[in-house]
Amino acid sequence: MKAAVIVFPGSNCDRDCKVAIERSTGAQVEMVWHGDTALPDGLDLIVLPGGFSYGDYLRCGAMASLSPAMAEVKAAAERGVATVGICNGFQVLCEMGMLPGALLRNEKLKYVCKTVDLEVTNSQTRFTAGYAGRREVAMTVGNGEGNFFADEPTLDRLEGEGQVVFRYRNNPNGSARDIAGIVNKRGNVLGLMPHPDRAFETELGSADGAILFQSALASA
Amino acid sequence: MRAKVHVFLKPGVLDVQGKAVEQALHGLGWNGVEHVRVGKTIEFDLAAGDPAAAEAEVKAMCEKLLANTVIESYRVELA
Repeated sequence: MKAAVIVFPGSNCDRDCKVAIERSTGAQVEMVWHGDTALPDGLDLIVLPGGFSYGDYLRCGAMASLSPAMAEVKAAAERGVATVGICNGFQVLCEMGMLPGALLRNEKLKYVCKTVDLEVTNSQTRFTAGYAGRREVAMTVGNGEGNFFADEPTLDRLEGEGQVVFRYRNNPNGSARDIAGIVNKRGNVLGLMPHPDRAFETELGSADGAILFQSALASA
Repeated sequence: MRAKVHVFLKPGVLDVQGKAVEQALHGLGWNGVEHVRVGKTIEFDLAAGDPAAAEAEVKAMCEKLLANTVIESYRVELA
């Protein structure tokens, strides 16, 4: 099993993601610099980490979406490789148009950093199969711009087609319809604001994030 | 040619910064203030002779990078 973590200037959860994937799955994890024009061969999982890529200049994720490595990530995702964007990584996926919607400033204008209870809204995806029908999981969020927005028809479509994967039990940032994470139509690209990489062993307060990485790699 | 691009959140998108600024202005006594929107202006020089071609070019820049049209609208000024 082989995974890659894309490292942008300003990423700050890249090493967390590497350790989280290694410890929860035993997979080999390669770090890929954003300027690279090729990805390692034989990837089963690509992770876009949290942080502040390019200092959040212009808009969160806007500059990162134009990185050379991201063109390769998009091509790999189109071939069906499992791709997860966490926090800033979710913002990058939305800026790329790989996921619908956008992330706005939090409703109360505050940076929110705390553990949140999540509902696994769809446990039939390749990222959530390991929850085996478990509905309640906990992970932490840490974001100032995690307020998911999409127009009403898009939200209806996301809900209708089972693309809403995680919801907040107590919405921390004003996200539309309490959405914390969504998948693309094909089901191989996941974006979520909570951090599975900060919840991969009980010493961290929750090991629920490990299951996400295990599911993603088990499906490869 | 000098281009100015004004980017704002679309009317249907809640502008929480605008709301906070509006409340602050009310707090200072300007109670007649309504519908505050906070946006940004991006300015640059553009090597172009023909205004119509320049406008088309700047609009393409907005669509591709300067604005996220899922949430933002933009207005282009050329001088």
